[in-house]
Amino acid sequence: MNGLEQFLRTDPLDAGCARTMELLDVYVELALADAEPERRYPDLAVHLRGCGPCEEDFKALLVAVRGRAG
Amino acid sequence: MRIEGPELDDLAHQAAADALLAITGKLGQFRGDSRFTTWAYKFVIFEVSGKLAGHFWRKSGVSLDAEDWDRLPDRFALDPERESEWHELVLAVRRAVDDDLSERQRAIFVAIVLNEVPLDALVAELGSNRNAIYKSLFDARRKLRARLVTDGHLDPEPARRP
Repeated sequence: MNGLEQFLRTDPLDAGCARTMELLDVYVELALADAEPERRYPDLAVHLRGCGPCEEDFKALLVAVRGRAG
Repeated sequence: MRIEGPELDDLAHQAAADALLAITGKLGQFRGDSRFTTWAYKFVIFEVSGKLAGHFWRKSGVSLDAEDWDRLPDRFALDPERESEWHELVLAVRRAVDDDLSERQRAIFVAIVLNEVPLDALVAELGSNRNAIYKSLFDARRKLRARLVTDGHLDPEPARRP
């Protein structure tokens, strides 16, 4: 499958940005605790794979919280 | 996009000030589902993202009116040596964008896909929010795929396992 076909694929499970941003702090803490956030919030996991800005915010929050703990 | 020197300091100060406002304004919404600091950091991250997005328009030189369909193959790293495999698909996408998308969906598709405008930068330019722009693009992708499947350019999605 080429990049264009991948881009056109959508997953109805996708949580969207609003719900993802609302729960991002909870999701990050589950990720840091190795508590399988993608199993508890599969809709957020789908969204984070498809939304660049939300994925960047997720990674940035992970770094920020890790830095605080370190 | 690289930001440094006084611009970086200015952006950091503005983001910190606006994040503080956002956090104090939302204190009543904190439910303790995460640690307070994680919850508060989240708004700092959002403010920084928003500020960086606004910065895009100062340096990019991108115009929302531009529309260069020749860029589509490069945007999706389509191999020029295999053009015979994707040429019809690209033409069909263009037709479907013209025929099936609403004016707003079309504008968002052109800005993000053809002109490489970051989603958050488009949010800032249109005075919208990330969820609304993402949803418009999501619906546009779904519509385009459905049209391409109907016209025989793509296979239907395999059925999901229960």
